[in-house]
Amino acid sequence: MDVMPKWVDIIVVPLISLFIAAFLSALLIVAIGESPRDALSLMIEGTLLRSAGWGYMLYYTTNFIFTGLAVSVAFHAALFNIGGEGQAMMGGLGVALVCLFIPWPHWTFAIIGASFGAALFGMIWAGLPAYLQAKRGSHIVITTIMFNFLAAGVLIFFVVDVLKPKGSMDPASANFPPTTHLPTFEDLAGILGFEKAFRSAPANVSFFIALLACLAVWYLIWRSPLGYEIRALGKSGPAARYAGVRPVKIIMIAMMISGALCGMMAINTTQGESERLILNFTEGAGFIGIAVALMGRSHPLGVLLAALLFGFLYQGGAELALWTKIPRELIVVIQALVILFTGALSLMVRAPLESFFVSLQKAKG
Amino acid sequence: MIEFLTLLQVLDSSLRLATPLLLVCLAGLFSERAGIFDIGLEGKLLAAAFVSAAFASLTGSVWLGLSAGILASIMLSLLHGLASITLRGDQIISGVAINFLAAGLTVVVAQDLFGQGGRTPPLKSGGRFEPINFPGSTSSKEINDAGPLMQLYSELVSGHSLLVYIALLTVPLSWFVLYKTRYGLRLRAVGENPAAVDTAGISVVGLRYSAVILGGILCGIAGAYIATSLQANFTKDMSAGRGFIALAALIFAKWRPWHALGACLLFGFFFALDNRFQNILLPAWAISGLLLLIALSLISYVWKKDYLDKVVLGGLALGILSIAIMVITSVSDSGANSQVKIPVVFVQSLPYVLTVVVLAGFVGKAIPPRAGGQPYVKER
Repeated sequence: MDVMPKWVDIIVVPLISLFIAAFLSALLIVAIGESPRDALSLMIEGTLLRSAGWGYMLYYTTNFIFTGLAVSVAFHAALFNIGGEGQAMMGGLGVALVCLFIPWPHWTFAIIGASFGAALFGMIWAGLPAYLQAKRGSHIVITTIMFNFLAAGVLIFFVVDVLKPKGSMDPASANFPPTTHLPTFEDLAGILGFEKAFRSAPANVSFFIALLACLAVWYLIWRSPLGYEIRALGKSGPAARYAGVRPVKIIMIAMMISGALCGMMAINTTQGESERLILNFTEGAGFIGIAVALMGRSHPLGVLLAALLFGFLYQGGAELALWTKIPRELIVVIQALVILFTGALSLMVRAPLESFFVSLQKAKG
Repeated sequence: MIEFLTLLQVLDSSLRLATPLLLVCLAGLFSERAGIFDIGLEGKLLAAAFVSAAFASLTGSVWLGLSAGILASIMLSLLHGLASITLRGDQIISGVAINFLAAGLTVVVAQDLFGQGGRTPPLKSGGRFEPINFPGSTSSKEINDAGPLMQLYSELVSGHSLLVYIALLTVPLSWFVLYKTRYGLRLRAVGENPAAVDTAGISVVGLRYSAVILGGILCGIAGAYIATSLQANFTKDMSAGRGFIALAALIFAKWRPWHALGACLLFGFFFALDNRFQNILLPAWAISGLLLLIALSLISYVWKKDYLDKVVLGGLALGILSIAIMVITSVSDSGANSQVKIPVVFVQSLPYVLTVVVLAGFVGKAIPPRAGGQPYVKER
């Protein structure tokens, strides 16, 4: 395992994968008849050179931090949580119920309540597949995929048949009361005296909760006994069992934490941005979490950086779709390539590097 | 009472909706029986649908479209093979990547070629698979006056596109290949115990690639079917989760060809039902009775199990019980024979619920091929 220095494994390998993905995407842009250089500068201009661009980017980043962390926690226990999408949908339902039916005096209380609601609903939705994996041996990938579809059904039922106000044609719940509305970056900048910053961008205080979640996951995985048990089970099931780790318990806990994190994405989208429960608010963020976790090597810091990258790509992609003939779906292609090269084809990137370092060591001694 | 003709029409559309599921399900069957999990069925289906519609639209020939669609699907299969067989990568991750690759590339290329927001233009008559009317079948105008046998013949047996009949033929064919040929025996063995196959001097890599490519061909046909026969153009994300439903059907069928036919027809029937009827009404006593039965059997099951079973399944039973009570209280003032409207989404969700139940092993446990999902590393 220790053929390569650690920094190569952590930094160089993901970067090479990213460059291959970027190169192939550039070829695709050329094939469409646009210039990759113009596209990149347009993306940077629309994202990093305007405060509103930052506001959109960090909004997407917040979602991807939550889902990326969720997939990472499951990865550490050698579980593949592909059901982030469904868990986030249920989280949205939790947020909506908490915000609509509890009279909150102030947003600071509301965000705590909504976080609990979102986490609880996401946790339940991940808990059932976890139970089926732990006790009945049903493959968690398949069950979580099925639970994505079931969550979509439950969400449609609640939005269309239960929460939709009478007489409304829109498939959406009623608006949340104003005391639950979260301050956006625009509001915060206004308080600090920057009047025109982050204008009408959706980023809001839940970004800071996402940062806290990064810290919490770091502490959980690398500094707590529970995290040790999770990692032990993920590295080697028989060894962990021999050391007294109870697999059923760890599988349940790891998946429920994962589901809770996915669910908490909804405080950003549902409480922070739409301020009512709508359909399709997840926009595939549950799946992007897979790419983020792979790219970030399941480490909270890596997840944060990868989430920023994908936030940039999403906002940049929207700019491209606005100003060029490159459709937004180009970002989906980039995302696919990142997953492919950091995940499935990683040996293709690693094998040449490993043999390079082996020959280096031989030359030394 | 539902009319006979209406029933026939629902069955007819069940068959049409089951066809892509069946082809994709058999694709998954070959791949998974050889020990390669294939989450990427959805992506292959979508890619094949786009490529076949695009070629059929540009060349005007549906056969060129079909061939191109199959080719595109095989290319993605080979990518999956490269990642999961040759490079021994994670099969699930590779499948996920293929799904995204197809979802993104189809729209990007469609937008570039046709500029219609990720769609292809409607296909003209040469670019579509037309329904084949068997000799002696009546036209749709006269079908109301025909006898029941004639209605059955004209509505259900005749009048489908060629690919529907091909899909039905692949079932016995797959069964024959899997269970009656030497190749099939080796294929099943490589999914259960690749080391034994390797010891016998047969190439594990070769067998697995062949299975993945077979799957690619079947997904290709399915993709061509949804874009050139079920609909007459490609639209963004038109596979609509069929690849995953086929995966569900595969588990439901426990990786067996004939059962796959049954599972796909059943799932197709659910979709046909909800296409045809906007509101499904059932008597309240039947629904609440069924829910109570499920809840009570769950509770009796967990009675002597451990703490976790009690919390999870007991909680589930309580949830179901409360729905049953809600149903009873909501109709209690309108008499015992009142009917309850079943929300459409619940009918749509039935395939997934059934799959989870089967996976959980409460009703006939589904056990996947033993070596599935693990890359084979030759001993040195």
